Amino acid sequence: MCLAIPGKIVEMLPGDSAQALVEVLGVRRKVDLGLLEEADPGRVGDWVLIHVGFAMSKVSERHAMEQIRLLEALGETEAAAIELRQGLEAT
Amino acid sequence: MKYVDEFRRPELIGKAREEIRRLIDPSRHYRFMEVCGGHTHAIYRFGLKDLLPRNIELVHGPGCPVCVLPMGRIDDGLALARQPEVIFTAFGDMMRVPGTHGSPLEQKARGVDVRIVYSPADALKIAEANPDRHVLFFAIGFETTAPSTALTLKRARERGIGNFSVFCNHVTIIPAIRAILDSPDMRIDAFIGPGHVSTVIGCRPYEWIARNEKKPIVVSGFEPLDILQAVAMLLRQLRNGEAKVENQYGRVVPWEGNRSALKALAEVFELRPYFEWRGLGFISQSALRIRDEYAEWDAERRFTVPGVRVTDPKAAQCGEVLKGVLQPAQCKLFGKECTPEHPIGALMVSSEGSCAAYYTFEHRKAAVGAP
Amino acid sequence: MSGVARKIRFQDARVEMAHGAGGKASRRLIDGLFAPILFGPSWEPLGDAARVDVGGARLALTTDSFVVHPLRFPGGSIGELAVNGTVNDLAVSGARAVAMVAGYVLEAGLPTEILEAEIRAMAGAAARAGVTIAGGDTKVVEHGKADGMYITTSAVGRVIPDLEISPARVRVGDQVILSGPIGDHGITILLARGELDFEAELRSDTRSVLPLVEALARAAGGAVHWMRDPTRGGVATALNELSLDCGLAIAAEEERIPVRDAVRGACELLGLDPLHIANEGQLIAVVARDSAEAAVAALRETPGGEYASIFGEVIAHPAGAVVVKSAYGGSRIVDMLVGDPLPRIC
Ligand code: SF4
Repeated sequence: MCLAIPGKIVEMLPGDSAQALVEVLGVRRKVDLGLLEEADPGRVGDWVLIHVGFAMSKVSERHAMEQIRLLEALGETEAAAIELRQGLEAT
Repeated sequence: MKYVDEFRRPELIGKAREEIRRLIDPSRHYRFMEVCGGHTHAIYRFGLKDLLPRNIELVHGPGCPVCVLPMGRIDDGLALARQPEVIFTAFGDMMRVPGTHGSPLEQKARGVDVRIVYSPADALKIAEANPDRHVLFFAIGFETTAPSTALTLKRARERGIGNFSVFCNHVTIIPAIRAILDSPDMRIDAFIGPGHVSTVIGCRPYEWIARNEKKPIVVSGFEPLDILQAVAMLLRQLRNGEAKVENQYGRVVPWEGNRSALKALAEVFELRPYFEWRGLGFISQSALRIRDEYAEWDAERRFTVPGVRVTDPKAAQCGEVLKGVLQPAQCKLFGKECTPEHPIGALMVSSEGSCAAYYTFEHRKAAVGAP
Repeated sequence: MSGVARKIRFQDARVEMAHGAGGKASRRLIDGLFAPILFGPSWEPLGDAARVDVGGARLALTTDSFVVHPLRFPGGSIGELAVNGTVNDLAVSGARAVAMVAGYVLEAGLPTEILEAEIRAMAGAAARAGVTIAGGDTKVVEHGKADGMYITTSAVGRVIPDLEISPARVRVGDQVILSGPIGDHGITILLARGELDFEAELRSDTRSVLPLVEALARAAGGAVHWMRDPTRGGVATALNELSLDCGLAIAAEEERIPVRDAVRGACELLGLDPLHIANEGQLIAVVARDSAEAAVAALRETPGGEYASIFGEVIAHPAGAVVVKSAYGGSRIVDMLVGDPLPRIC
């Protein structure tokens, strides 16, 4: 129900509210980072999920990699798949 | 495209399909509801029905903010838009949704100042650039979109921008799921949970579905691999006789949600006692309104809103389709009186609406018996 | 379609923006209102140009009006579009533009500097396309009644002898070729309006496609069955029109459709489909299977055709529809667009 896509923070913009330039395949737009968790605000190089010009969350590289690994292991050995599955659930 | 193309890799899609075949019981029929209209769109857009076994039926849910908005709200918004000082701003999604006297786009073509914005922040920017006009933002959306409106209102207050207001139509997803589960004609085996809403609300709000209703639910992403993996996870739960909440979309959905966004929501909005949903009727505590502290920016309090109530044509079966009781093509008006060019219901307008998706991507394929 | 007088089938009470957007509504307006009144019973499906025989010379005739905001954008301007657009309509009908006349509707208050720039842009484009601008007319309307300026161009062209372009010649098994990356023009304009606040290094692809057509004529000649420049409504609309006009279906392979990164990025952000986005310098050609490789090779040697590729095929079913297949085995129907592409958030 909401179109949101990952983009990369390429520049922090000056000013008091947290604004940054975010890039998606070479297209740049000013994005408001004010909704990100205070403990973990956005930094240049971070990937964030953009929805209506706001960053909704950070994209976790680790989770993405693990999901791909899990999918790659599907149908290989059942044991490897189970191990990965448990790994994913524990995170 | 990073975090997108990986999840469309053909060889992994092949593997996910094999996994689904391993887990499925070929002798039974499955009904899975994808709550979110974004999933509905993705399923048609990526042709995922071609990739799933035939005994899995995907039932389209209510998670399309444009589709569930009663026509009266659109009429109300457009009544305000016609005031000469007002600049009416809304997302592109709203522009073709029919009101009683035409859609926002038709009003624009007749000279009403209607502008499409990509972000509520852009509406605020228009207000700053036009101090002698009043900018009204017609807000729609579930918990994903509402925090952006909240933060925009906070910024309007901080910067003392008085010529800006929000006509708030934000709704919440959990009461809608509850309404569907309570409906007596509903039979759903499991849920594909909304992905982007869950970046805000997290996975806990779904626990009652698993606990009380004994239905599995997997919060899922929107790429083909995400949805196939979510289907496999649901099948595994069903095979093992389990019912739990699982998170397939861990790369952006934290289990606890986004506390900062939830805080912004709580600061600016409160629950309405009840709100009318198109097709589903009045649902209590299912929508947001602007708190007293922000009354100055609440269009419903700044202007006299006509409060139009419009009943949909009897033959329109949007409610049944929204609840997943009927498939789009089973509506009497589908493809006849109601088409994307002459929509009767909003389900035929929004790219997330199951009628529009079915009409555009599927209908002719089925009608002529595609290979 | 001959024999019976055609009935007026256009039922809409008013003209809406969608009637000009090049999709279904435009087609309904033309087929349902203009054609039955103006063209009488023996009317054939409308191509991009009309054919007339004058004293043994085979000529083609076309006209087009140009309305664009902003007037100037990266890669071009309204003046250039007005020349190229009409040259291209003739080119894809298999004709070489010879002479052109232009009509201008100017808004009072338009700076002379801007008008002069557009006249120069037209002269430059005409020289590049090898067409003479032979005359014109100017009207001025009150301030607020026109968006700066509107231009209408009409041109006559000589039919290229080896080419015969008609949907009736399209056969099952024909290959569908695209001359290059799609969506550049439409996305450039959308971003140039500045309302979305997106930035990208993109330029309109406005250019004369005549060199591409001539390359096709040399390499494949009579094996070229149909051509179209996919302007408003994009590739999806052009292919849907073809499928309706020839009564067959088009199967396209998604990953073989060239799209620039920035166009894809903007489309992903805005929820748009590149297949619906306008182009001003691309060509779709339907070529008999045996000649398709040669046609692509010839296009690739022509400036503007470097990324030409075969991306689809004419099939029998589902007749009248366009099916796009993905690399992983999913398929979907791609319809014409209703109205202009609008950014969406859901
Ligand atoms: S076909 Fe039209 S009227 Fe029927 S359910 Fe869909 S949107 Fe509603």
